[in-house]
Amino acid sequence: MNFDFSDEQKLLADQVGRFLDEHCSTQVPRQVIDGKLGYAEPVWQGLGQMGLLGTAVEETYGGTGAGYLELCLVAQQLGAHIAPVPFGSTVYLVAEALMLFGTPAQKQNWLPGICDGSVKGALATVENLEQLNPAQISTRVVQGRVQGRKIIVADGNIADLLVVLAQHDGKPALFLVEAAGLDRETVESVDPSRDTAAINFAGATAELLVADGWPALQRLFDRAAVLYAFEQLGGAQSALDMAVAYAQERFAFGRAIGSFQAIKHMLADMYVTMKLAESNCYYAAWALANDTTDLPLAAATARVSATQAFQQCARDNIQVHGGMGFTWEFDCHLYYRRANFLALELGGLSEWQARLVKSLPLQQSA
Amino acid sequence: MDFSDSPEEAAFRSEARAFIQANAPHYLAENLAQSGFGNTNTGTHDTLTEAKKWQKAKADGGWACLMWPVEYGGRGASPIQNVIWSQEEGLYSRLSGTFIIGQGMCAPTMMAYASETHKQRYLPKLASGEEVWCQMFSEPHGGSDLAGLRTRAVKDGDEWVVNGQKIWTSGAQHSDYGILITRTDPEVAKHKGLTMFFLDMKSPGVKVVPIKQANGNSEFNEVYFDNVRIPDHQRLGGVGDGWRVSITTLMNERMAIGGSIATGFPEIYDLVSELDIQGQPALENPAVQARLADWYVMAAGLKNNASRMISALSKGDMPGPENSMGKLVAGNMMQDIAKYALDLQGHAGTLVDPKVAEGAARFQAMLLRSPAVRIEGGTDQILRNIIGERVLGLPEDMRADKGIPFNQIPTSGSSG
Repeated sequence: MNFDFSDEQKLLADQVGRFLDEHCSTQVPRQVIDGKLGYAEPVWQGLGQMGLLGTAVEETYGGTGAGYLELCLVAQQLGAHIAPVPFGSTVYLVAEALMLFGTPAQKQNWLPGICDGSVKGALATVENLEQLNPAQISTRVVQGRVQGRKIIVADGNIADLLVVLAQHDGKPALFLVEAAGLDRETVESVDPSRDTAAINFAGATAELLVADGWPALQRLFDRAAVLYAFEQLGGAQSALDMAVAYAQERFAFGRAIGSFQAIKHMLADMYVTMKLAESNCYYAAWALANDTTDLPLAAATARVSATQAFQQCARDNIQVHGGMGFTWEFDCHLYYRRANFLALELGGLSEWQARLVKSLPLQQSA
Repeated sequence: MDFSDSPEEAAFRSEARAFIQANAPHYLAENLAQSGFGNTNTGTHDTLTEAKKWQKAKADGGWACLMWPVEYGGRGASPIQNVIWSQEEGLYSRLSGTFIIGQGMCAPTMMAYASETHKQRYLPKLASGEEVWCQMFSEPHGGSDLAGLRTRAVKDGDEWVVNGQKIWTSGAQHSDYGILITRTDPEVAKHKGLTMFFLDMKSPGVKVVPIKQANGNSEFNEVYFDNVRIPDHQRLGGVGDGWRVSITTLMNERMAIGGSIATGFPEIYDLVSELDIQGQPALENPAVQARLADWYVMAAGLKNNASRMISALSKGDMPGPENSMGKLVAGNMMQDIAKYALDLQGHAGTLVDPKVAEGAARFQAMLLRSPAVRIEGGTDQILRNIIGERVLGLPEDMRADKGIPFNQIPTSGSSG
């Protein structure tokens, strides 16, 4: 038994952290928010050059084959830097879907491009203003052509390849659709540092990825949830660090505000939530890397825990900053926006709470 | 990272399992399974007798206090082996409550500060449960402000003469020995004038008075000292060094209770698995799911956190102040769970008669005992201070008594 990442894995995390410190300060998401950039392309290219886009992709398909534990640590660093890149959409969702369900030809066709940074991906599922469910899917594929509209696709404008949930032979299936030439428009989200699109398919060519799409999507979500949880964990840690630094340097009533118990105890509670999430993420990383039978429970646990941690840390970071925390100038809102964006990207907290309970083993002994 | 057993760990696990299979008091299993929080159910058998019997059997087989050196009654085992043992001991660990303070807190302090002669005399019998120990720190005037304690020890030849009062001493009524922190110099700042000892609880002048608690039980005691004489060779650490010595004890306390602390999750899951709400299974109710999931992530987080701490200990790290979070999380969780479990039972939730109430009134017992979890061994507020100051590095609160000689510090009696 050993419940820690190896020294080599920590070294990789440090390298990624240093790269992002240098190339992805909070000025970078701000440039995206201000509309000067669609996403941070230099950061994306850098990730590709470092081989990080193919961290969990086998070498046959252009990856490094390092593995999921390593990918979790990369995700944590990206989350900590609120990096405005389509990493989750491309790597946790599209590459993962190809690896889980793709034919050798489909993998050969797309994975090398994903690994070298030339192909970006996005997952298109949602069609109305409700929690995702199979009954709401009216997009359909007939004779290899997809008709319908997805109203919120994260990274949809910058993606080259879409995985689309659409009706086919009487049930939802997953299809590969090339994005070039599609009718796409930007829709504004709570986190404008992440691209969001509405997409009309209008008869575009669609290639079947997996016919039994709904269970496949759940399996994909279990795996992606662990990786998104690491992004959320990284974000929670950055928001907490920011709050602690401010509480140490900001003086009021003649003393550092962090010496007041009202502030100190709020920060302690942020730390506790973050730490519980961190430990749950560690266990889930192991479950993901080994595809254990308790992965659905481990993933939901990490997801619920990390969602709560990032939301709490981002919210209370604003509170610690007082009025300055509500200015555009201070970075607090970047974390707050990203926390609430990530909380919903794979379905919200209540959906994951329900998934967690459904995955609990029946009747534990008291 | 690997959460499964290595071949050596698997072999150790089957050895532990075989010992438990052959030696554990299986006749108590059914009762132990029904133990409510803060009460070990041994049915018609006397709990202390049964606890001592199982502890002795473990010691004779080499399965007591696994991580202690062999010469002091332990096994010299690794932290991971210790975890494997606790997992296998399962229900029977509920018999260990009597020994937790002695083995988990007094013993590490003795190991760090007692003479070799004393270690060889006292530690093996502490491991085997033949002698029970308690820890006397808190006082009526020194709870959260522990260093404000007033029990005086005055040197007289080769002995110290102790006068004063301790409070909230768990298990003092059946303890043979105890560690005791006293004030030996009231003319220096409060943290500097303290000294630690251990003593025989049967010494003349020691009087133990049980406290009737808010939940009706009496686990805790007041201990009075009336000219109690302690030989100087029973001093632990230097004169005036008691605060530093007490930190050793308290760090180990956090580890002893932080790792395997009860949260109430298995009990609430057990309840809702069987329960219907308006004719529908409670487990399918979204409101129940939300609460249950939130508690599960906390319980799992504590468990996974403890696993990480064990990995750190295996690499030679010391338990750090971050382990203060275990009791902070678990205490609140248990109180919330108890309240919710009763809510789900409607008016029947008010029943406390174990013959009638659900699960032998387990949640009612939890409701009434859990307020103490949030106070004993460091209140929620003290734990948040520790996390804030010692983990996050935030500045200390301003202290009105900082640097002032102890005997000049304002008290409730002296103000105005």
